[in-house]
Amino acid sequence: MTDSVNKITIALSKGRIFKETLPLLAAADIVPADDPEKSRKLILDTNHDDIKLLIIRATDVPTYVQFGAADLGVAGKDVLMEHGGEGLYEPLDLKIARCKLMTAGLVNPRPRINGHLRVATKFTRVAKRYFASRGEQVELIKLYGSMELGPVVGLSDLIVDVVDTGNTLKANGLIPVDHIADISSRLVVNKASMKMKHRRIATIIEQVRQAV
Amino acid sequence: MTIKHHWILPEGIEETLPETAAQMETLRRDLLDLYAVWGYELVIPPFIDHIESLLTGTGHDLDLQTFKLVDQISGRTLGVRADITPMVARIDAHHLNRNQPTRLCYIGTVLHTRAESIGDSRSPMQVGAELYGHAGIESEVEILGLMLHTFATVGVQDVYLDLGNVDIFRGLAKQAGLDKGIESQLFEMLQRKAVTEINALLATLDLDETVRTMLAQLPALNGDIGVLANAHKVLSAADNSVHQAIDYLENTATLLQQRFGIQQMNFDLAELHGYHYKTGVVFAAFVPQFGQAIARGGRYDDIGKLFGRNRAAVGFSTDLKVLIRLSSRSFVSAEKIFAPARQTAALTEAISVLRAQGKTVIEALPGQEADAKAMECKKQLVFIDEQWQVKQV
Repeated sequence: MTDSVNKITIALSKGRIFKETLPLLAAADIVPADDPEKSRKLILDTNHDDIKLLIIRATDVPTYVQFGAADLGVAGKDVLMEHGGEGLYEPLDLKIARCKLMTAGLVNPRPRINGHLRVATKFTRVAKRYFASRGEQVELIKLYGSMELGPVVGLSDLIVDVVDTGNTLKANGLIPVDHIADISSRLVVNKASMKMKHRRIATIIEQVRQAV
Repeated sequence: MTIKHHWILPEGIEETLPETAAQMETLRRDLLDLYAVWGYELVIPPFIDHIESLLTGTGHDLDLQTFKLVDQISGRTLGVRADITPMVARIDAHHLNRNQPTRLCYIGTVLHTRAESIGDSRSPMQVGAELYGHAGIESEVEILGLMLHTFATVGVQDVYLDLGNVDIFRGLAKQAGLDKGIESQLFEMLQRKAVTEINALLATLDLDETVRTMLAQLPALNGDIGVLANAHKVLSAADNSVHQAIDYLENTATLLQQRFGIQQMNFDLAELHGYHYKTGVVFAAFVPQFGQAIARGGRYDDIGKLFGRNRAAVGFSTDLKVLIRLSSRSFVSAEKIFAPARQTAALTEAISVLRAQGKTVIEALPGQEADAKAMECKKQLVFIDEQWQVKQV
């Protein structure tokens, strides 16, 4: 829980999102005191006593923010779509960590024997909704990584995953099939924080907005 | 689940153990006493009801949240209440059928098929109050005042109020001529203030440019009371109903400040909680140590119509299980007096006298080894000078 109305906690994930968020936070005069790639700390101090950064897994960002464990967070639209986005505000597209959410399959698909299309993905909720919107019932196989293997080893017919350059797909003999959504990172805000710390949070959002 | 795990409760279902149960009961009594002195009459709606009645007016929001079962007598589908408010509205509209303002309150367990948010109970103890038969800011202010007194009674401090008015979005949607499907998509995006999606959706619609701009501005219209003056400007081309809705909100806030001296108010014109049945002011309360609203309420004038009679209505509800977690009140547990196993008429008499005075007396049972201390009694009955007397242990 964020313990005080005067403190601001921002949830970020390591890696690409962190790197690309730094200049945006700097525009709001928020600079971390440590580098998360070097430090083992999960809570980073900043140049403000009352602003802390939480370093967590990307998929956990919506949960932390929804629950109020962090006031603000940066989460990919893919993660938000899978989470559902309930209980969060997502007032700003940071236009960073851009990629596409796509379906992909073998260059030469195996003939489909009777039964539903099998789809391997970590985005089961998004995949279910997407195929339902196309009137197609699919069998979902939840995986946690290396989705590209699914069609190759015959585990699934298709995969749903984020695609950046498409090189991983190509290297494994897959091609992108359908475009589901454009993905970029969003600034997300806890609903209660937005109401109780309105002035500070609105200021941060505005400063970051100008830097986007 | 093996037999070893029979103690495991269903997800989101909890047992309340003696200490907390006693505190909750104290709060329940204090709250009902509070509502009584404000003129709110207690009603006890049934725990299950026909599904059609339960979902009336709020259907869209409650269908998935309601546990359903089949009535062996009629073959009809029954639901376990997921919200008491519509049931109380029915009592007012149908059974009481009064013309004068009616004030009702209630407390009871509701069941949710899914917890509303992570870590929430699926069986909240819903407590609330409703005021029927008056359409004016005085009703909103009375209900908001009672909600604030509820927090004071429970010992929840540092409360922030968030106020909105669903008629602002409703008016704009009507002016834009949005069909139901688009309106509900836009509603869902506004709930998340998902500006990017909102703008993308608006761009695909065939709309008057000024109306499009006004709808796009909604997610930014939040903050302190200055936001209302700003809203008049930003939404200057809106229908009169939208401006009336903003004025209504402002008048409510002003009266609220006058009566209760509230400082911590936030306004959010895109706040649409309960949009499908609310008809005017909506409000919620927040506290710093909790990431979600701790109480909600608003006006829902149309709900009674479905039960045969249209009545103006405004109310609030909260969850006692949440409030007690946030309570800073210190609860004094009753002093317990230990009595030896009953042997004589004199001891029986002494115990009766103490109990009649409201004192807690715990009797030892024959053969019991646990003494006063083990039974958590600070005092005990001892036989001194030919009579039973209460002494410190």
